[in-house]
Amino acid sequence: MELLYSLLLGFVSVVLINNLVFTKFLGICPYIGVSGRIDMAFGMGLAVTFVMTLSGALTWMIDHWLLMPLGLEVARYVAFIMVIAAAVQLVEMYLKKFIPSLYESFGIFLPLITTNCAVLGLCLFLVVWGTGSLIEAVVLSFGGGIGFTIAICIMAGIRENMQMVDVPESLQGAPITLITAGLLALAFMGFAGMI
Amino acid sequence: MAATPDGQNIYAEAVATGLWREIPVFRMLLGTCPTLAVTAAVKPALTMGLCVIFVLVCSNIMVSLMRKGLRPHVRILLFTLTIAAFVTVADLFLRAYQPAMSEALGPYVPLIIVNCIIIWRAEARASNSGVLVSIVDGLAMGTGFTIALCILAVIREILGTGRLFEIQILPTTFPAWAAMGMPVGAFLTFGFVLGFINFLKRKRV
Repeated sequence: MELLYSLLLGFVSVVLINNLVFTKFLGICPYIGVSGRIDMAFGMGLAVTFVMTLSGALTWMIDHWLLMPLGLEVARYVAFIMVIAAAVQLVEMYLKKFIPSLYESFGIFLPLITTNCAVLGLCLFLVVWGTGSLIEAVVLSFGGGIGFTIAICIMAGIRENMQMVDVPESLQGAPITLITAGLLALAFMGFAGMI
Repeated sequence: MAATPDGQNIYAEAVATGLWREIPVFRMLLGTCPTLAVTAAVKPALTMGLCVIFVLVCSNIMVSLMRKGLRPHVRILLFTLTIAAFVTVADLFLRAYQPAMSEALGPYVPLIIVNCIIIWRAEARASNSGVLVSIVDGLAMGTGFTIALCILAVIREILGTGRLFEIQILPTTFPAWAAMGMPVGAFLTFGFVLGFINFLKRKRV
Protein backbone atom coordinates (compact mmCIF):
# COMPACT_ATOMS: atom_id res chain seq x y z
CA MET A 1 0.00 0.00 0.00
CA GLU A 2 2.84 2.30 0.95
CA LEU A 3 4.55 1.50 -2.36
CA LEU A 4 1.37 2.08 -4.36
CA TYR A 5 0.87 5.44 -2.69
CA SER A 6 4.40 6.63 -3.40
CA LEU A 7 4.16 5.41 -7.01
CA LEU A 8 0.90 7.31 -7.49
CA LEU A 9 2.43 10.46 -6.02
CA GLY A 10 5.46 10.09 -8.29
CA PHE A 11 3.22 9.63 -11.32
CA VAL A 12 1.10 12.70 -10.64
CA SER A 13 4.19 14.73 -9.90
CA VAL A 14 5.95 13.83 -13.14
CA VAL A 15 2.80 14.35 -15.26
CA LEU A 16 1.66 17.68 -13.83
CA ILE A 17 4.09 19.30 -11.41
CA ASN A 18 7.39 18.39 -13.05
CA ASN A 19 5.96 18.26 -16.57
CA LEU A 20 8.91 17.67 -18.88
CA VAL A 21 7.88 20.29 -21.41
CA PHE A 22 6.79 23.12 -19.15
CA THR A 23 9.29 22.88 -16.30
CA LYS A 24 12.28 21.03 -17.77
CA PHE A 25 12.10 22.37 -21.35
CA LEU A 26 12.57 18.90 -22.81
CA GLY A 27 11.21 17.93 -26.20
CA ILE A 28 10.65 21.50 -27.37
CA CYS A 29 11.62 20.78 -31.01
CA PRO A 30 8.78 18.33 -31.73
CA TYR A 31 6.60 20.45 -29.49
CA ILE A 32 6.92 23.38 -31.88
CA GLY A 33 7.22 21.30 -35.06
CA VAL A 34 4.40 18.79 -34.69
CA SER A 35 1.81 20.58 -32.61
CA GLY A 36 -0.05 21.97 -35.63
CA ARG A 37 -2.72 19.26 -35.81
CA ILE A 38 -4.22 17.41 -32.89
CA ASP A 39 -4.20 13.90 -34.43
CA MET A 40 -0.53 14.20 -35.38
CA ALA A 41 0.28 15.54 -31.94
CA PHE A 42 -1.50 12.62 -30.30
CA GLY A 43 0.35 10.10 -32.48
CA MET A 44 3.68 11.71 -31.68
CA GLY A 45 2.79 11.73 -27.99
CA LEU A 46 1.98 8.01 -28.04
CA ALA A 47 5.20 7.16 -29.89
CA VAL A 48 7.24 9.16 -27.40
CA THR A 49 5.44 7.60 -24.42
CA PHE A 50 6.15 4.13 -25.75
CA VAL A 51 9.83 4.73 -26.47
CA MET A 52 10.26 6.63 -23.23
CA THR A 53 8.84 3.86 -21.04
CA LEU A 54 10.93 1.28 -22.83
CA SER A 55 14.18 3.19 -22.69
CA GLY A 56 13.55 4.47 -19.15
CA ALA A 57 13.29 0.88 -17.93
CA LEU A 58 16.21 -0.36 -20.04
CA THR A 59 18.60 2.41 -19.05
CA TRP A 60 17.67 1.99 -15.38
CA MET A 61 18.50 -1.73 -15.60
CA ILE A 62 21.77 -1.11 -17.41
CA ASP A 63 22.74 1.66 -15.02
CA HIS A 64 21.99 -0.27 -11.83
CA TRP A 65 22.81 -3.83 -12.78
CA LEU A 66 25.74 -3.32 -15.14
CA LEU A 67 27.43 0.09 -14.91
CA MET A 68 27.25 0.71 -11.15
CA PRO A 69 28.58 -2.68 -9.97
CA LEU A 70 31.44 -2.39 -12.43
CA GLY A 71 32.15 1.26 -11.55
CA LEU A 72 31.63 2.33 -15.15
CA GLU A 73 29.46 5.41 -14.54
CA VAL A 74 31.75 7.30 -16.94
CA ALA A 75 30.29 5.34 -19.83
CA ARG A 76 26.74 6.25 -18.78
CA TYR A 77 25.98 8.78 -21.53
CA VAL A 78 27.37 6.63 -24.32
CA ALA A 79 25.45 3.61 -23.04
CA PHE A 80 22.20 5.55 -22.64
CA ILE A 81 22.22 7.03 -26.13
CA MET A 82 22.98 3.63 -27.65
CA VAL A 83 20.09 2.02 -25.77
CA ILE A 84 17.69 4.73 -26.92
CA ALA A 85 18.83 4.49 -30.53
CA ALA A 86 18.44 0.70 -30.43
CA ALA A 87 15.00 0.93 -28.81
CA VAL A 88 13.78 3.34 -31.48
CA GLN A 89 15.14 1.10 -34.21
CA LEU A 90 13.37 -1.94 -32.72
CA VAL A 91 10.06 -0.12 -32.37
CA GLU A 92 10.35 1.06 -35.96
CA MET A 93 11.04 -2.43 -37.29
CA TYR A 94 8.23 -3.94 -35.22
CA LEU A 95 5.67 -1.38 -36.37
CA LYS A 96 6.71 -1.68 -40.01
CA LYS A 97 6.18 -5.41 -39.90
CA PHE A 98 3.11 -5.79 -37.72
CA ILE A 99 1.16 -2.50 -37.69
CA PRO A 100 1.96 -0.85 -41.04
CA SER A 101 -0.90 1.65 -40.80
CA LEU A 102 0.49 3.07 -37.57
CA TYR A 103 3.97 3.05 -39.08
CA GLU A 104 2.70 5.10 -42.01
CA SER A 105 1.11 7.69 -39.77
CA PHE A 106 4.19 8.05 -37.55
CA GLY A 107 6.23 8.70 -40.68
CA ILE A 108 9.48 10.42 -39.99
CA PHE A 109 8.74 11.07 -36.32
CA LEU A 110 10.06 7.72 -35.17
CA PRO A 111 13.72 8.18 -36.14
CA LEU A 112 13.44 11.75 -34.85
CA ILE A 113 12.63 10.44 -31.38
CA THR A 114 16.24 9.27 -31.03
CA THR A 115 17.32 12.88 -30.87
CA ASN A 116 14.25 13.95 -28.92
CA CYS A 117 15.85 15.36 -25.81
CA ALA A 118 12.83 14.37 -23.72
CA VAL A 119 13.75 10.67 -23.88
CA LEU A 120 17.42 11.02 -22.97
CA GLY A 121 16.53 13.82 -20.56
CA LEU A 122 14.11 11.62 -18.68
CA CYS A 123 16.65 8.80 -18.41
CA LEU A 124 19.16 11.28 -16.96
CA PHE A 125 16.59 12.75 -14.58
CA LEU A 126 15.88 9.24 -13.31
CA VAL A 127 19.55 9.14 -12.26
CA VAL A 128 19.39 12.62 -10.71
CA TRP A 129 16.19 11.86 -8.77
CA GLY A 130 17.85 8.72 -7.41
CA THR A 131 15.13 6.35 -8.57
CA GLY A 132 15.41 3.33 -6.29
CA SER A 133 13.52 0.48 -7.94
CA LEU A 134 12.71 -0.75 -11.42
CA ILE A 135 8.95 -0.38 -10.95
CA GLU A 136 9.43 3.24 -9.88
CA ALA A 137 11.56 3.87 -12.98
CA VAL A 138 8.86 2.37 -15.23
CA VAL A 139 6.07 4.41 -13.62
CA LEU A 140 8.04 7.65 -13.77
CA SER A 141 9.07 7.20 -17.40
CA PHE A 142 5.50 6.29 -18.39
CA GLY A 143 4.31 9.40 -16.53
CA GLY A 144 6.89 11.50 -18.34
CA GLY A 145 5.51 10.31 -21.67
CA ILE A 146 1.93 11.00 -20.62
CA GLY A 147 2.94 14.47 -19.48
CA PHE A 148 4.53 15.11 -22.88
CA THR A 149 1.39 13.85 -24.65
CA ILE A 150 -0.85 16.09 -22.56
CA ALA A 151 1.36 19.12 -23.21
CA ILE A 152 1.58 18.58 -26.97
CA CYS A 153 -2.17 17.86 -27.31
CA ILE A 154 -3.21 20.97 -25.37
CA MET A 155 -0.89 22.98 -27.60
CA ALA A 156 -2.25 21.40 -30.79
CA GLY A 157 -5.81 22.19 -29.69
CA ILE A 158 -4.91 25.81 -29.06
CA ARG A 159 -3.04 26.13 -32.35
CA GLU A 160 -5.95 24.71 -34.33
CA ASN A 161 -8.12 27.48 -32.94
CA MET A 162 -5.39 30.05 -33.38
CA GLN A 163 -5.60 29.71 -37.17
CA MET A 164 -8.68 31.91 -37.02
CA VAL A 165 -6.94 34.57 -34.96
CA ASP A 166 -5.31 37.69 -36.32
CA VAL A 167 -1.75 37.32 -35.01
CA PRO A 168 0.67 40.22 -35.64
CA GLU A 169 2.74 39.33 -38.68
CA SER A 170 6.11 39.28 -36.92
CA LEU A 171 4.84 36.91 -34.25
CA GLN A 172 3.36 34.32 -36.61
CA GLY A 173 4.69 30.78 -36.41
CA ALA A 174 7.24 29.88 -33.78
CA PRO A 175 7.14 33.11 -31.70
CA ILE A 176 3.42 32.94 -30.93
CA THR A 177 3.76 29.22 -30.16
CA LEU A 178 6.49 29.99 -27.62
CA ILE A 179 4.43 32.77 -26.06
CA THR A 180 1.44 30.42 -25.79
CA ALA A 181 3.70 27.81 -24.23
CA GLY A 182 4.81 30.44 -21.72
CA LEU A 183 1.22 31.11 -20.69
CA LEU A 184 0.58 27.37 -20.41
CA ALA A 185 3.69 27.01 -18.25
CA LEU A 186 2.25 29.74 -16.03
CA ALA A 187 -0.96 27.74 -15.74
CA PHE A 188 0.96 24.56 -14.93
CA MET A 189 2.77 26.41 -12.12
CA GLY A 190 -0.58 26.30 -10.34
CA PHE A 191 -0.05 22.58 -9.79
CA ALA A 192 3.13 23.26 -7.82
CA GLY A 193 1.47 23.26 -4.41
CA MET A 194 -0.48 20.07 -5.01
CA ILE A 195 1.86 17.64 -3.27
CA MET B 1 42.79 29.15 -51.35
CA ALA B 2 39.68 27.00 -51.53
CA ALA B 3 36.51 28.74 -52.60
CA THR B 4 32.79 28.02 -52.71
CA PRO B 5 31.00 27.65 -56.07
CA ASP B 6 30.02 31.32 -56.08
CA GLY B 7 33.66 32.33 -55.65
CA GLN B 8 33.51 33.26 -51.97
CA ASN B 9 36.33 32.44 -49.56
CA ILE B 10 35.28 29.18 -47.91
CA TYR B 11 36.42 30.23 -44.43
CA ALA B 12 34.66 33.58 -44.59
CA GLU B 13 31.56 31.80 -45.78
CA ALA B 14 31.67 29.43 -42.78
CA VAL B 15 32.03 32.33 -40.34
CA ALA B 16 29.20 34.32 -41.92
CA THR B 17 26.94 31.27 -41.92
CA GLY B 18 27.55 30.51 -38.26
CA LEU B 19 27.38 34.02 -36.90
CA TRP B 20 24.55 35.46 -38.95
CA ARG B 21 23.15 33.71 -42.00
CA GLU B 22 22.14 30.53 -40.19
CA ILE B 23 22.71 31.48 -36.55
CA PRO B 24 21.45 28.28 -34.97
CA VAL B 25 18.95 29.42 -32.37
CA PHE B 26 17.27 32.36 -34.05
CA ARG B 27 17.34 31.42 -37.73
CA MET B 28 17.13 27.63 -37.63
CA LEU B 29 15.26 27.13 -34.33
CA LEU B 30 17.70 24.39 -33.34
CA GLY B 31 18.97 23.68 -29.85
CA THR B 32 15.93 25.29 -28.26
CA CYS B 33 15.94 23.11 -25.18
CA PRO B 34 19.22 24.33 -23.62
CA THR B 35 18.37 27.81 -24.88
CA LEU B 36 15.34 27.87 -22.62
CA ALA B 37 16.80 25.89 -19.73
CA VAL B 38 20.10 27.60 -18.94
CA THR B 39 19.35 31.24 -19.70
CA ALA B 40 18.02 32.32 -16.32
CA ALA B 41 21.40 34.01 -15.69
CA VAL B 42 24.40 34.92 -17.82
CA LYS B 43 26.98 32.72 -16.07
CA PRO B 44 25.37 29.32 -16.70
CA ALA B 45 24.51 30.43 -20.23
CA LEU B 46 28.14 31.28 -20.92
CA THR B 47 29.35 27.99 -19.43
CA MET B 48 26.87 26.08 -21.55
CA GLY B 49 27.99 28.00 -24.64
CA LEU B 50 31.65 27.17 -24.00
CA CYS B 51 30.82 23.48 -23.51
CA VAL B 52 28.93 23.44 -26.80
CA ILE B 53 31.83 25.16 -28.62
CA PHE B 54 34.24 22.54 -27.25
CA VAL B 55 32.05 19.59 -28.21
CA LEU B 56 31.17 21.07 -31.59
CA VAL B 57 34.79 21.72 -32.59
CA CYS B 58 36.01 18.31 -31.37
CA SER B 59 33.21 16.35 -33.02
CA ASN B 60 33.66 18.34 -36.25
CA ILE B 61 37.37 17.42 -36.26
CA MET B 62 36.65 13.74 -35.65
CA VAL B 63 33.85 13.51 -38.22
CA SER B 64 35.94 15.37 -40.78
CA LEU B 65 38.87 13.00 -40.21
CA MET B 66 36.76 9.88 -40.71
CA ARG B 67 34.57 11.26 -43.51
CA LYS B 68 36.20 9.05 -46.16
CA GLY B 69 35.31 5.82 -44.34
CA LEU B 70 31.69 6.70 -43.48
CA ARG B 71 28.95 4.33 -44.61
CA PRO B 72 25.41 5.70 -44.93
CA HIS B 73 23.62 3.35 -42.56
CA VAL B 74 25.98 3.68 -39.58
CA ARG B 75 26.70 7.36 -40.14
CA ILE B 76 24.26 8.84 -37.63
CA LEU B 77 25.17 6.24 -35.00
CA LEU B 78 28.87 7.07 -35.35
CA PHE B 79 28.15 10.80 -35.10
CA THR B 80 26.11 10.29 -31.96
CA LEU B 81 28.74 8.12 -30.28
CA THR B 82 31.51 10.61 -31.10
CA ILE B 83 29.45 13.43 -29.65
CA ALA B 84 28.58 11.40 -26.54
CA ALA B 85 32.28 10.69 -25.91
CA PHE B 86 33.23 14.39 -26.09
CA VAL B 87 30.26 15.41 -23.96
CA THR B 88 31.47 12.97 -21.30
CA VAL B 89 34.86 14.70 -21.40
CA ALA B 90 33.27 18.14 -21.03
CA ASP B 91 31.02 16.91 -18.21
CA LEU B 92 33.91 15.38 -16.23
CA PHE B 93 36.02 18.52 -16.73
CA LEU B 94 33.20 20.72 -15.46
CA ARG B 95 32.58 18.45 -12.49
CA ALA B 96 36.26 18.57 -11.54
CA TYR B 97 36.93 22.31 -11.94
CA GLN B 98 33.52 23.97 -11.62
CA PRO B 99 31.56 21.69 -9.26
CA ALA B 100 28.98 24.34 -8.34
CA MET B 101 28.27 25.16 -11.98
CA SER B 102 28.11 21.47 -12.85
CA GLU B 103 25.56 20.99 -10.09
CA ALA B 104 23.48 23.93 -11.33
CA LEU B 105 23.44 22.83 -14.96
CA GLY B 106 22.64 19.23 -13.96
CA PRO B 107 21.49 16.98 -16.78
CA TYR B 108 21.57 19.79 -19.32
CA VAL B 109 25.31 19.18 -19.90
CA PRO B 110 24.83 15.53 -20.95
CA LEU B 111 21.82 16.69 -22.95
CA ILE B 112 24.28 18.39 -25.33
CA ILE B 113 24.46 14.91 -26.92
CA VAL B 114 21.01 15.37 -28.41
CA ASN B 115 21.51 19.04 -29.24
CA CYS B 116 20.53 19.05 -32.90
CA ILE B 117 23.05 21.79 -33.74
CA ILE B 118 26.01 19.46 -33.34
CA ILE B 119 24.68 16.60 -35.41
CA TRP B 120 23.43 19.10 -37.99
CA ARG B 121 26.97 20.52 -38.41
CA ALA B 122 28.47 17.03 -38.57
CA GLU B 123 26.04 16.18 -41.32
CA ALA B 124 26.05 19.46 -43.22
CA ARG B 125 29.69 20.49 -42.99
CA ALA B 126 32.18 18.14 -41.36
CA SER B 127 31.18 15.00 -43.27
CA ASN B 128 32.08 16.65 -46.59
CA SER B 129 34.80 19.23 -45.78
CA GLY B 130 38.40 19.35 -44.69
CA VAL B 131 39.54 19.55 -41.09
CA LEU B 132 40.42 23.27 -41.08
CA VAL B 133 37.08 24.38 -42.51
CA SER B 134 35.30 22.11 -40.05
CA ILE B 135 37.16 23.71 -37.14
CA VAL B 136 36.28 27.22 -38.34
CA ASP B 137 32.70 26.12 -38.86
CA GLY B 138 32.51 24.64 -35.35
CA LEU B 139 33.94 27.81 -33.79
CA ALA B 140 31.57 30.07 -35.74
CA MET B 141 28.44 28.01 -35.09
CA GLY B 142 29.33 27.57 -31.42
CA THR B 143 29.94 31.30 -31.03
CA GLY B 144 26.64 32.05 -32.75
CA PHE B 145 24.90 29.72 -30.32
CA THR B 146 26.67 31.31 -27.33
CA ILE B 147 25.74 34.82 -28.49
CA ALA B 148 22.09 33.80 -28.80
CA LEU B 149 22.14 32.25 -25.31
CA CYS B 150 23.73 35.39 -23.86
CA ILE B 151 21.19 37.72 -25.46
CA LEU B 152 18.35 35.82 -23.79
CA ALA B 153 20.26 35.43 -20.51
CA VAL B 154 21.08 39.15 -20.27
CA ILE B 155 17.42 40.10 -20.73
CA ARG B 156 16.22 37.51 -18.24
CA GLU B 157 18.84 38.19 -15.57
CA ILE B 158 18.41 41.97 -15.67
CA LEU B 159 14.62 41.86 -15.54
CA GLY B 160 14.48 38.89 -13.17
CA THR B 161 16.93 40.06 -10.53
CA GLY B 162 18.05 43.56 -11.46
CA ARG B 163 21.61 42.27 -11.71
CA LEU B 164 24.08 41.29 -14.41
CA PHE B 165 26.86 38.79 -13.66
CA GLU B 166 25.49 38.98 -10.11
CA ILE B 167 26.36 42.70 -9.87
CA GLN B 168 23.49 45.07 -9.13
CA ILE B 169 22.96 47.32 -12.15
CA LEU B 170 19.36 48.47 -11.82
CA PRO B 171 18.38 50.67 -8.85
CA THR B 172 17.35 48.52 -5.89
CA THR B 173 13.92 50.12 -6.03
CA PHE B 174 13.28 48.16 -9.25
CA PRO B 175 10.86 45.37 -8.44
CA ALA B 176 12.54 42.16 -9.68
CA TRP B 177 10.25 40.16 -11.95
CA ALA B 178 10.58 36.75 -10.33
CA ALA B 179 8.70 35.16 -13.24
CA MET B 180 11.60 35.90 -15.58
CA GLY B 181 13.74 33.35 -13.73
CA MET B 182 11.03 30.70 -14.08
CA PRO B 183 10.01 28.62 -17.10
CA VAL B 184 7.38 31.23 -18.00
CA GLY B 185 10.03 33.90 -18.47
CA ALA B 186 12.11 31.59 -20.65
CA PHE B 187 9.27 30.91 -23.08
CA LEU B 188 8.05 34.50 -23.21
CA THR B 189 11.51 36.04 -23.66
CA PHE B 190 12.42 33.60 -26.42
CA GLY B 191 9.08 34.17 -28.15
CA PHE B 192 9.37 37.95 -28.09
CA VAL B 193 13.04 37.99 -29.16
CA LEU B 194 12.16 35.76 -32.12
CA GLY B 195 9.27 38.06 -32.96
CA PHE B 196 11.58 41.08 -32.82
CA ILE B 197 14.07 39.39 -35.17
CA ASN B 198 11.24 38.59 -37.61
CA PHE B 199 10.20 42.23 -37.38
CA LEU B 200 13.71 43.41 -38.29
CA LYS B 201 13.89 40.92 -41.14
CA ARG B 202 10.56 42.09 -42.58
CA LYS B 203 11.55 45.74 -42.38
CA ARG B 204 14.69 45.12 -44.39
CA VAL B 205 12.88 43.32 -47.22
